[in-house]
Amino acid sequence: MSLFPETAELVGENLACRRGERLVFRGLECRLPPGGTLVVTGPNGSGKSSLLRLLATLLVPAAGRLLWNGAPVARDPAGYRGAIHYVGHLDGVKPALTPREMLGFWTALRGAEHPAIDAALAMFGLEGVADWPCRWLSAGQRRRLALARLIAAPAPIWLLDEPSAALDGDGEARLAAVIAAHRDAGGSVAVATHQPLAITGAMSLALDDFAAPAAELLAV
Amino acid sequence: MHAFLGLIRHDLRLAARQGGDIGLVLGFFILAVILYPFGIGPEPELLRRIAAGIIWVAALLAAVLSLDRLFASDYGDGGLDLIALSAMPLELAVLAKSAAHWLTTGLPLVVVSPVLALFVDLDPAALPALVVGLLLGTPAMSLIGAIAAALSLGARRPGVLLTLLVLPLYLPPLIFGTAAVEASLSAEGARAHLLLLAALTMAALPLAPLAAGAALRQALD
Repeated sequence: MSLFPETAELVGENLACRRGERLVFRGLECRLPPGGTLVVTGPNGSGKSSLLRLLATLLVPAAGRLLWNGAPVARDPAGYRGAIHYVGHLDGVKPALTPREMLGFWTALRGAEHPAIDAALAMFGLEGVADWPCRWLSAGQRRRLALARLIAAPAPIWLLDEPSAALDGDGEARLAAVIAAHRDAGGSVAVATHQPLAITGAMSLALDDFAAPAAELLAV
Repeated sequence: MHAFLGLIRHDLRLAARQGGDIGLVLGFFILAVILYPFGIGPEPELLRRIAAGIIWVAALLAAVLSLDRLFASDYGDGGLDLIALSAMPLELAVLAKSAAHWLTTGLPLVVVSPVLALFVDLDPAALPALVVGLLLGTPAMSLIGAIAAALSLGARRPGVLLTLLVLPLYLPPLIFGTAAVEASLSAEGARAHLLLLAALTMAALPLAPLAAGAALRQALD
């Protein structure tokens, strides 16, 4: 049974990413089916974050295209953005606002009418600090708050960049539980990580396989 | 609409919570105006003649001072990513942020300007033209400023670049704003200049978000 009937496969075709003069990767193919998990691995600088930003439409691919639901994402970017959650390594938390206010703002940005803010705070153990200014939160708590976005407003595709950075053991366990529940509901997750995550049946994508040889750096 | 109002509310709440920002802009505006009488010396005639120019220039500089926080903090902390991925186009987000910027800087400047007019001995008969002119011109200043603020993201010294970009663009509202005050004291009347100020704001309303949106996309890439 799927919570997200609209969930369809996300496909990256022949993707290339270029940062300045440098070709980070090229010829990259990836598929993210409903209920699937894609674990992106690779050394520093291999383009894990770039790939996730590319999947989130924050970066424009130098070559190739993204397909969602069988149609190019470029044809309906707004519809696609409504279907994804992107949690990057910057968490966008304002020191002067409280976690509850931040979640209220983030869900309003998504146009969510009935956000599950209390449930999201509880899921990541933030009930006790919900009304503190965020400047008093630790790095791990800020991380939890950023991840609470995933729960506060549902979206079928999650793009997570190093989600367990700064998390303690309890935080990692909560994250793994949230991801498992999301997959059981038919959602899909793409995650870039160094730490081995307790995710069963995950497909893995090693970015070193798509690194461009030095001679190609300036060619494309 | 939900996202649009949510962004305005968020920016207003941030400004209220960090009250120092509004205070800084108002403080600068007031001090800059008060400096002139000291610099010029006891010549009420001269002061009265350049009063409108003093207030308009000080208002422009105060507005510039506040522009760097328009996008820079969201750009630095990743908030801009979430705004770019929101349910509204980036152009609407620019409009929302410009509206919040005007409410927290332009509007307070308009409100204190009659008091400052006393310091520089502006002719009371010209007061309506000054206040209405600022009311019509400051929205254009927030909107044009948004273009410069978006363009300067990622620059090595964004504050300096922003100032250099935006001050030439502020010339039209400055010209019409001071001319309106001048004309209101003559038989000509301020109407034509005020209409031109309104036209500037009406033109900036759709055009500035387009330009700033494109610049933000460039900055995100």
